[in-house]
Amino acid sequence: MSILSAIITLSLIAGLFGLILGYASIKFHVEGDPVVDKIDAILPQTQCGQCSFPGCRPYAEAIASGEAPINQCPPGGEATMLALADLLGVEPIALSEEHADEPVKTVVTIDETTCIGCTLCIQACPVDAILGAAKQMHTIIESECTGCNLCIPPCPVDCIAIVPVKIEPDTWRWPLPEQAHTAPGA
Amino acid sequence: MTEYALILISTIWVNNFVLVKFLGLCPFMGVSRKLETAMGMALATTFVLTLSSVCSYLVNEYILAPLALEYLRTIMFILVIAVVVQFTEMVVHKTSPLLYNVLGIFLPLITTNCAVLGVALLNVQEDHGFLQSAFYGFGAAMGFSLVLILFAGIRERITVADIPEAFQGNAIALITAGIMSLAFMGFVGLVK
Amino acid sequence: MSTASPIRRASLPEQLIIPLHQHIGENSEILVTKGERVLKGQPLTVAKAYVSAPIHAPSSGIVTDIAEYPAPHPSGLSTLCIVIKTDGENEWADLEPVSNYRDLSTAELRNIIRHAGIVGLGGAAFPTAVKLNPGPDHPIDTVIINAAECEPYISCDDMLMRERADEVISGIEIILHTLGAKKALIAIENNKPEAAEALQKSLGRTANENIHVVAIPTIYPTGGEKQLIKVLTNKEVPSDGLPIDIGIVVQNVGTTAAIHRAIHFGEPLISRIITVTGNGIKQPQNMDVLIGTSMAEVIQQCGGYTENAKQLIMGGPMMGFSMHTDHLPIIKGCNCLLVETTEQRQGMQTMPCIRCGECTRVCPANLLPQQLYWHASSRNFDQVQDYHLFDCIECGCCAHVCPSHIPLVQYYRFAKTEIWNQERDRKKSDHARVRHDFRQARLDREKRERDERLRKKKEMLEKKKQEESQASTAEIDPKKAAINAALERVKMKKASTTVTPKNTNNLTEEQQKKIDEVDKQRQASKTK
Repeated sequence: MSILSAIITLSLIAGLFGLILGYASIKFHVEGDPVVDKIDAILPQTQCGQCSFPGCRPYAEAIASGEAPINQCPPGGEATMLALADLLGVEPIALSEEHADEPVKTVVTIDETTCIGCTLCIQACPVDAILGAAKQMHTIIESECTGCNLCIPPCPVDCIAIVPVKIEPDTWRWPLPEQAHTAPGA
Repeated sequence: MTEYALILISTIWVNNFVLVKFLGLCPFMGVSRKLETAMGMALATTFVLTLSSVCSYLVNEYILAPLALEYLRTIMFILVIAVVVQFTEMVVHKTSPLLYNVLGIFLPLITTNCAVLGVALLNVQEDHGFLQSAFYGFGAAMGFSLVLILFAGIRERITVADIPEAFQGNAIALITAGIMSLAFMGFVGLVK
Repeated sequence: MSTASPIRRASLPEQLIIPLHQHIGENSEILVTKGERVLKGQPLTVAKAYVSAPIHAPSSGIVTDIAEYPAPHPSGLSTLCIVIKTDGENEWADLEPVSNYRDLSTAELRNIIRHAGIVGLGGAAFPTAVKLNPGPDHPIDTVIINAAECEPYISCDDMLMRERADEVISGIEIILHTLGAKKALIAIENNKPEAAEALQKSLGRTANENIHVVAIPTIYPTGGEKQLIKVLTNKEVPSDGLPIDIGIVVQNVGTTAAIHRAIHFGEPLISRIITVTGNGIKQPQNMDVLIGTSMAEVIQQCGGYTENAKQLIMGGPMMGFSMHTDHLPIIKGCNCLLVETTEQRQGMQTMPCIRCGECTRVCPANLLPQQLYWHASSRNFDQVQDYHLFDCIECGCCAHVCPSHIPLVQYYRFAKTEIWNQERDRKKSDHARVRHDFRQARLDREKRERDERLRKKKEMLEKKKQEESQASTAEIDPKKAAINAALERVKMKKASTTVTPKNTNNLTEEQQKKIDEVDKQRQASKTK
């Protein structure tokens, strides 16, 4: 008897709670996930696709839904991974092997004597940083280039080269001084 | 009045949930890396602990006791707490994005915590009334928040200091927690 | 030790290398071309951005090169410079002195100062015209003239006041007029009685009651802007604020003299006084040097290096940067060349922090240098900012007193430049996101438009077809009939010339039967 009443009570209450939660999930449904925006804001927006997703936003969505780890962004490097770990409250993980390149900032330049004006690179550029028209020489707007290198594979004459971003005295960074780690005796 | 004050003092200092009763150690170690997250966690815990001690008192008093089903307490409390927290999270998410930003990710984290169930069960064990239960839960949460925030502050400084290699990471954190626990032992006998 | 002899005018060098970027802010745009002859005081660039300053030819000569040369910067990197080969004639360009500046509006005065390329000569080189434009929301009550040398060893401001007090006072009057400020305080350290006396004398001649000379104690770093304000007025500049927020503008004495010359003589900023000192210099003294003169040349004129000279520092002993070579041009913000005989901190090995807290005690900005150090060294950039890294004036006091000889300031500089870099990256990525989103939107729109066009075309075609079919049933016009006939003929021709498939040759009877059956079915379905 007591077992029966226990089962009935428990299932009744559980059922009731289930209904309440089900109703609440419809009633209080929130459109859009703010986490995706936050993740997207951290990603470097090179839209390079090196994370195996077609752009930064899709990768952000994948991270938010737990489908992708946070260590797949080579342009962002360790700093981005740490920021993501911090945002999502997860443990930082080492950059995955294939994504662990040292993020040296680069842009591309077009060798303007070789360019045949095919416009293929213009179509590939995710941020419209290439200027030019059919049969006209193309050029890169360096300030807009994110260094994603997506324009290189389509070029039929291999006239696009990767160059590191020039460091000006204004963008130069002081190095971290060498540290004395442990006491001399240790 | 003194009774409630005593409950608060006892739960915060003398019988601190984390350092004396050793409940809720997972969030204590887990989310104490940064002061900011520790504060969010503390807020969320305060909210959940108070709410759950009240809810479980009601369930125990008005459902389990009349039906003589006290032996179902554990499973029932877990069910009730989980549902109440989940429901609140949804409501907060919809109504107050600001509050959700602060509490959001911590609410579900703390739900399945031993401290929460511990508060509910200890309330029954010590025969607390409604208000007593509420104060007990609140006090326990305050005690938890206090040590969590203290601990996070210490850890933040420890992580940037040059610790001997063997002690780096969780080792030094556990030692620190142990020393804090010793310190809190000093409060025993505070209330006579 | 550099105040013994008067300011000496450096002789005209053969070559002047003038970096474009000598100030805080944007680069200016080049006006001259290679091979052009320029006159002394002729603008070489024009400042397009608001926070920017032009540069001028320090002497007459030929522009021989516009290219990158090593810059006097801690990084040792090169920047774009204009090189002038002087012709020794020192021929001035046409100058436009203002006869009575009180007739001009403040905007006009600011414009003159801006076009004269004047920047703060204390060392930071912030464009002065910008500082003199606080905007209508910030009424300026007090102008503080910073006559406290920024660092020990430096004496260029001291000598300037001793020898050119009239110019300083005149410049202050112009600043007061431009800002509409009530009073000016000349803050002078109490170890410079000669300079104070010279100023007092000059003040006595002008009888301006709004300018006061105030003696302040000689404690480094009272020359820091915020520290000076605190000492003089007991007001504190808010952590993330500027002096104008509390109605104060601070100007260096050298800057006031430069303003005087710009207004009264129309002379742009083409020279400055610099202190050449240190135990590694044979004759330490103050020199009036043209911008762009090579450091080596200046040192040569001071008798050259002593035998045990080891290190050349641009700036003072506390905040200066050590330079790898002396073949670098003097720039507007360079107030001192210091040559030390022993390597800085030689034999002082960096040891671990012992948390003595000495740095906290000496910090003039009331920061916690030790906490800043821990967080900076572990790249905790958020935390460093929580501890107000950006209020650090890099005075070097903490590093100086540190018993472990930790180069604390370098940690702060490291953290600052890293944070700026992150900020730049973030801005760039935000920008890229906007552009990417825009491109995405554009592609979507184009696709939509294309689909729309296609749909319309299809509709048109269908309509036409319908009309056609209606027309053909209603009346057959001869032209159409002719076309139809032609089409029919083509079809016939095609049919007749179609190659008959070879696989239907030599069939058995059964196969032929099957084919016939299929053909029949096909016919039937066609007629349906």
